[in-house]
Amino acid sequence: MDRPLVVSPAPHIHGGASVHRLMYDVLLALIPAYLVSVWMFGWGALYVTALSVASCVGFEYLIQRFVLKNKPTLCDGSAVITGVLLAFNVPSNLPPLLLVAGALVAIGVGKMTFGGLGQNIFNPALVGRVFLLISFPVPMTSWPVPQGFHTGVLDAVTGATPLGMVREGLASGESMSSIMANLPDYLDLLVGKMAGSTGEVSSLALLLGGIFLLLRRTITWHIPVSVLVTMALFTGVMHLAHPGQYASPVFHLLTGGALLGALFMATDYVTSPMTPRGMLVYGAGIGVITVLIRLFGAYPEGMSFAILIMNAFVPLLNRYIRPVRFGEEVRHG
Amino acid sequence: MIKTFPKGGIHPQDHKLSATSEVVPLALPEVVTLPVSQHIGVPATVIVKPGDVVRTGQVIAESAEFISASIHSPVSGVVVRTDDFVEPSGLRRTAVLIRREGDDWVEEVDRSPELVESFSMSPMEIRSRIARSGIVGLGGATFPAQVKLAFDPRKKVEVLIINAVECEPFLTCDHRLMLEKGPEILTGIRILMHALQVERAVVGIEENKPDAIAHLRALAAPGPGIQIQPLHMKYPQGSEKQLIKAITGREVPSMKLPIEVGAVVFNVATVFAVYEAVQKNKPLVDRVITVTGPEVARPGNFLVRIGTPISALIEAVGGMPRDTAKVIAGGPMMGKAVKRLDAPVTKGTSGLLLLPERLSYREEASPCVRCGRCVSVCVMGLEPYLLAALTNKQMFERAEGEGIVDCVECGSCQWTCPSHRPLLDFIRLGKVTVNKRIRARAAKI
Repeated sequence: MDRPLVVSPAPHIHGGASVHRLMYDVLLALIPAYLVSVWMFGWGALYVTALSVASCVGFEYLIQRFVLKNKPTLCDGSAVITGVLLAFNVPSNLPPLLLVAGALVAIGVGKMTFGGLGQNIFNPALVGRVFLLISFPVPMTSWPVPQGFHTGVLDAVTGATPLGMVREGLASGESMSSIMANLPDYLDLLVGKMAGSTGEVSSLALLLGGIFLLLRRTITWHIPVSVLVTMALFTGVMHLAHPGQYASPVFHLLTGGALLGALFMATDYVTSPMTPRGMLVYGAGIGVITVLIRLFGAYPEGMSFAILIMNAFVPLLNRYIRPVRFGEEVRHG
Repeated sequence: MIKTFPKGGIHPQDHKLSATSEVVPLALPEVVTLPVSQHIGVPATVIVKPGDVVRTGQVIAESAEFISASIHSPVSGVVVRTDDFVEPSGLRRTAVLIRREGDDWVEEVDRSPELVESFSMSPMEIRSRIARSGIVGLGGATFPAQVKLAFDPRKKVEVLIINAVECEPFLTCDHRLMLEKGPEILTGIRILMHALQVERAVVGIEENKPDAIAHLRALAAPGPGIQIQPLHMKYPQGSEKQLIKAITGREVPSMKLPIEVGAVVFNVATVFAVYEAVQKNKPLVDRVITVTGPEVARPGNFLVRIGTPISALIEAVGGMPRDTAKVIAGGPMMGKAVKRLDAPVTKGTSGLLLLPERLSYREEASPCVRCGRCVSVCVMGLEPYLLAALTNKQMFERAEGEGIVDCVECGSCQWTCPSHRPLLDFIRLGKVTVNKRIRARAAKI
């Protein structure tokens, strides 16, 4: 023997999963939605994503290097994801200064104040988004209409989102059927031909990415299914009871970032529960709160708030919804 | 119907490189080293002294304690030392060192290869024969076999379960034994059924061994009572509680033994040892060991005398591949890394796994991202991330409440952790402390 043998406790093999691979899976899964948003919003989509990612990564590096004074861990990819998701959740014509401020709040307040990766309670991208929405409601709700590259970034023609149009229409006394007649049809909603935040518009592309994540087992079905089924049931009951006042469940699932939230935001590992049953309760909570806000709240869309509210309940869910221990339920069969 | 246990588990690649290699007897070693503690329980007491001449099969250490096992000389020769040696893990333990001179067996042992199927011993006689033969659980747990046959008479055994799962990647010793010693194993099962006075036995085999399933099925078909049960591949199916759950649907409660749900479990290699002890009067002096590894020249299965130095087995597969950095006694999930190659194989050594440098080191751990994978793979329904954190913070009372002592140390949590966190290292540490606290409390009462 020319060198000593390595001695370490079992297990001696590893399944090969790694945090950066999981993060890159998520980024890959977001590519279809990104392509559609570039198709719809042109330069705006490119600009807003690039600036948001650069700001998030930059702030993470600066804070780790100069404030926390620990080793920067940029290669885990989580700051890139926060950047992409922040960009996907804002209008593509958002002024650069606001976007950079949003990134600072997302990374600085949403993530680093809690101690960095794995420690934060709230989804960082949503912390940034909601900060912007509450502080700068006008630029945050002036969504460009899809024009591709036929327009500049900041001078894009803006319009309301489908959910916003429903709310305004109902407020001005229009009937649901006449509102619906002016909205994009379901096919357009599915493809993403509507005004909205950069990455939320194309349900089809988001669904494609979500299926990829499920097949790769990067996420499990519990949260997305729970969110979407709860939303469908809740809006379905309301729609059946008062079709003139409440839009159909399909409409609700295809608009307002329902799929972006259910598949990519609510499933964030750090801020969602640890057990499958906890995930189901968490998802149902998000579904209920989203619909409550959409139908009865002050905002036309409620996904971001719903996820942040349920994020706050995650420690509680982890505390009280535990896995069933082996041997606890002794069954004789 | 193919069965499995429902909760948790992982699917590591099985790497059964030596599955088609017939069992070959290894050349007898020049020296054997026999630790007095090759089993769970009280170490045996040495009854020979340096200079004594011993024969193969002669008792060299024994114990009057209930949970213990005697040790027999696996060769004939002269006792050289009976003091400390350094065991594979690097700890110092008492052992008997014997220099071999020939292979002269004690007369009582029937060394003919003929199959003997009929037996006439009473359950009590079977039990004492097994006890005298030094048989322990050969799956790796090394629990003295006779103890499993001596349970509270108020409890009823409903089923004898034979663990032929071999869910550890790389290992094939049980697989080969089933293919090559099928009739002996079935006779062993019948002996144990008689000893336990039980009508039903189920052999659990994972479906990556279809030839063994078919072979044993064909052999078991004429008689009643023995059922061959194929199981889906899933680690850790060979864990006793998980196997019982897979086969009977019953869950052994925390801190309880299988008898609690009417089951007794024996490893298939142990069953073969029982056959040899009862039908041939042969004590446990050898066993089948798989020697393998991703870069090993000729992975194989060997019939090895207990006490043979590890280095002799490595020579038998064509020597150590040049970049070998880790040698594991056992499988890759639960085996122990070996420090010295002059250390002996013991009764519990089911395999030797030689890992190249690239597979010998752990990745650096990164922060927990709370993905929950450790929770979903835990077969005991525990929360490994939490147990590790509680141990790290020395919150042992809460760790006890969270069921840390139920951990079977299968390593699935650590295998699946994307942050490469050493979850099981922490949990093992916590278990030791919590077990100490539980014993201290029991002593007070």
